[in-house]
Amino acid sequence: MSKTTIGYILSVVTLIVAIWLGLSIGSVKVPISTLWNIGADGIATNIFWKIRMPRVILAGLVGASLAISGAAFQALLKNPLADPYTLGVSSGASVGAVATLFFSISVPFLGMYTLPIFSMIGAFGTMLLVILFAKLVDRSMKMETLILTGIIFSSFLGSVISLMIALTGEELRQIISWLLGSVSMRGWSYIQMALPFIIIGTFLLWLNRRELNAMLFGEERAKHLGVDVKKRKMMILIGGSMLTGSAVAVSGTIGFVGLVVPHMTRLLFGSDNRHVLPLSFINGASLLIICDLVSRTIIAPTELPIGIITAFIGAPVFAFIFFKQRKKGGV
Amino acid sequence: MLKVENLSGGYDHQLIVKNVSFQVGKGEMLGILGPNGSGKSTLLKVMSGILHKSNGFVQIDGKLLEDYPSKELAKKMAVLPQLHSHAFSHTVRETVSLGRYPHQSGWFSTWSEEDEAVVQEAMLQMGISRYEHQSLDLLSGGEQQRVFVAQALAQNAQILLLDEPTNHLDIAHQKQLLDTIKTQAIEKGITIVSVFHDINLASLYCDRLLLLEKGEIKALGEPHEVVRKNLIENVYNARVSTSPHPEQPKPQVTILPDVHEKKDYQPITLKNFRVDDELVVFQSAYQLRTWSSAVINPGSGWYRTFVNRRVDALYNIDNVQIEMQEFLTNHGFSETETVGMMTAVYTKDAVIREYAGDFGSVVIMVTAGVGNAVDVSRAHEVEAFPAIGTINTWIIVNGELAEEAFLQAVITATEAKTKALTAESVIDPRTGTIATGTSTDSVLIAATQMGEQIPYAGPITEIGKKIGLGVYECTIEAIKTYKIAKGWNS
Repeated sequence: MSKTTIGYILSVVTLIVAIWLGLSIGSVKVPISTLWNIGADGIATNIFWKIRMPRVILAGLVGASLAISGAAFQALLKNPLADPYTLGVSSGASVGAVATLFFSISVPFLGMYTLPIFSMIGAFGTMLLVILFAKLVDRSMKMETLILTGIIFSSFLGSVISLMIALTGEELRQIISWLLGSVSMRGWSYIQMALPFIIIGTFLLWLNRRELNAMLFGEERAKHLGVDVKKRKMMILIGGSMLTGSAVAVSGTIGFVGLVVPHMTRLLFGSDNRHVLPLSFINGASLLIICDLVSRTIIAPTELPIGIITAFIGAPVFAFIFFKQRKKGGV
Repeated sequence: MLKVENLSGGYDHQLIVKNVSFQVGKGEMLGILGPNGSGKSTLLKVMSGILHKSNGFVQIDGKLLEDYPSKELAKKMAVLPQLHSHAFSHTVRETVSLGRYPHQSGWFSTWSEEDEAVVQEAMLQMGISRYEHQSLDLLSGGEQQRVFVAQALAQNAQILLLDEPTNHLDIAHQKQLLDTIKTQAIEKGITIVSVFHDINLASLYCDRLLLLEKGEIKALGEPHEVVRKNLIENVYNARVSTSPHPEQPKPQVTILPDVHEKKDYQPITLKNFRVDDELVVFQSAYQLRTWSSAVINPGSGWYRTFVNRRVDALYNIDNVQIEMQEFLTNHGFSETETVGMMTAVYTKDAVIREYAGDFGSVVIMVTAGVGNAVDVSRAHEVEAFPAIGTINTWIIVNGELAEEAFLQAVITATEAKTKALTAESVIDPRTGTIATGTSTDSVLIAATQMGEQIPYAGPITEIGKKIGLGVYECTIEAIKTYKIAKGWNS
C-alpha cells in the first residue's frame, strides 16, 4: 500500500472519529444513535440536529477551507509560512465584518446575512487591491512582491480594525469575540451561505493541483513546463480568497489552521500537491472539529474562542517551521 | 527549427540583449559564450519569453513564439534554467514526472504508459534512477542538476534551451550529461541551445558557437572560427593560448597566468651535465619545454631531467618502456619530470659543447654509435631489425622557442647529423652506400623559454646556424671517438 493510500485511509478515519466525538460530547451527552433513531428523546434530537450537527459541519467546512487554501498559497508563494492571512485576504474579510458591526450596516433584503456577505466582499476587495498594487510595483507579479504587498495591506487593515475597536462603545465585546473566532450558535443558515463558495473555491484549487506542483519550482520553471502562469495564478488566488472569505465570514478569524494542516500533511505523506490539497482538506476539517470540541469542553461550561486553541497549537508549529527553514538556509 | 531575429530585450527598460540574430537547425547544437554579465542567461530568458523583449522575434518552425499556447510551447521547447533553491521537497520521481505536464490534459488526466516510459528513460540517461524515491533535498547540487536535466528531457521537446547545464557537476558527470545531450541531438534530431561558462566544453560539444560581448554578437561560427586567441583575449580580457584537442578537431583554450614567482633562473651551461660509466644526465633547477623522440616521456612536455642510459648491445628491447621506467625510478629519477633515452655507446664518450650566439646559447650533447648505420633513401630495400638508438642528439636552448622553431630545430639538427655521417664516410653495410643515420636515432630539443624570443630555427637564423654547426661538430667528434673505441680505421 502506498504512502498516499495510507494517508487517505488515515485521514478519513480520523475525520469520522472527529465527527463522532464532536457530535456526541458536550454539556449534554447525546448518543450517536440519535442520527438514525427517529424516535429518540426530543431534547437530545433537538440538540443533535439544531446545535451539534451544524456546529460540527461548520467547523469541518471552515477547517477544510482554511487548510486547503493554506496549502495552495504555500505552494504558489513557495513559502511554507504562507497562510491565507499572508495575502491580507482575511484581514480584508475582518474589516468587512467589523465595519458592518461598527456602522451597524443593515441591508434590508440581506437581513442576518449582511455581516458574512460584507466580510466576503472585504476579502475579495482586498485581494483585488493586493494584486493590483503588486502588478503596479512589478508587472510580472513576482512572489516576493505579492507577499510584501499582502503584509502592507494586513498591517494597514489591522490598524483600521484597531481604530474601529477603539472607537466602539458597548459593541466591543461582540467584535472581540468575533475576531477571536467561533463556530458556535451559527446554525444551518451559515452553512447554506458558505457552502456554495467553499465548493467552487475548492474545485478551483483542485483543478490546479498539478500546476501548483510546477509552481513550487518557481514561476519561470512552471512557465517552461507549459503552465499558463498568469491565468493559473489568478485562478488559485480567486479560489483561495473565496475559501478564506467565506470561512472568515461565518467563523471570524481562526488563525494557523492553514499553516499547521498542510505542513503536517506534507511531513507525513509527501509534498505532491495532487494529494496535499485533498488531504489538507480532510485533515483541516478533522482538526477544527476537534479544536472546537476542546474549546467548548476544556473549561466547561465556559466556552473558549476556537481561535485561541488553534493559535495555541499553531504558533509553536509556525516557530518550528521557521526555525527549520532558517537552518536549511531556504526561503 | 529555431530562428531568432534582431532580438533585443532585458529587464524593464534596461536593454541587455541587443540585436541578436541567429538560426539553429534540426539536430544542431549551438553554444552561447561570453564573459560574466555579457547577457548569456538574459538572452536565453528573452528567447524563452520569461523576460520582456523590446524588439525582434523568435520563431519555432516558422511560427512566432508568442503564438504558441503555453502547453504547446512546452511540448516544442524545454528550458533548463540555472538551479535555484526551493522550500518544499518533491521526490526525484515527482520532479521528473512534472516534465510530462504539457502532455497531460483534462481534469482527470491519467498517467499513460508512454509518460512512464519517457520518465524512466530520462532518469536512466541522467543516472538518477536509483534516487527515484528520494527527496530532492537529500541530493547534492550535481545530482539535483541532473534531476532537472531529466525533467527537461521528459518534456520530449524538439528544442532544448540550457543555461549552464554542467554547473555543479564533476568532470565525469559533465561528460555524461553532455554526451547524453549530444547523442539526443544526433539520434533524435533535437535542437540544442546552451549557455556555457566553459569555453573548452562548448568548443568540444557544440557545432557552432555564439560569442556575446555586452549583449551583442561578437562572433558566430564553428568552434575554430570563434575559439581564437585574439578574439577570446579581447572579449574575456584574459591572456590565453589555444591548442588542438587531442581527439577532436575542436580548439581548446588554456589560461596564461600573469603571476610572476621570484625564482633564480640560471641559464643552462655545461655544468648542468653529469657523465658516468652508465649515464649522461642533464639536470636543471627548473623545467624546460621539451620535444623529443625518447623512450620515456616522449613528445612534448615540461621536464627538468634528461637521461641517456648506456645498455648492453644484447639488451632485450621487448619490455623497454617498463624496464627503463623501473631503472629510472630505482635511480631516484622522478617519473613525471624525466625524459629517458638509451644508447649502446660508452657514455663517457658523449660529446657535450656549448655554443653562444646573440640570442643566448645552445648546449649540445651527442652520443654516436654507427653500428646500425642506415641509408634512409634505400632503407626500403633491406629489412632492418629494431635496435637501440645509437645517435642521440640533445639540443638545449637558452631562449624562448616558438612552436615551429622546435620543428625547425629538429630539421636543422637532422641535416647536420647526416652531413657529419657523410663527412665521416659512414657506410650502410647492407647497401654499401653512405649512411644518413642509424636505425633508431633519437633527438631532444629543449628550451628554457626565458630570455630572447626565437620565432624560427632554420639555417638562416642565428640559432639555426649554431645548431647546424654544433650538431655537425659534435657528431663528427663522437663518430671519431666511436671508431677509435671500436678499433676501426677511417
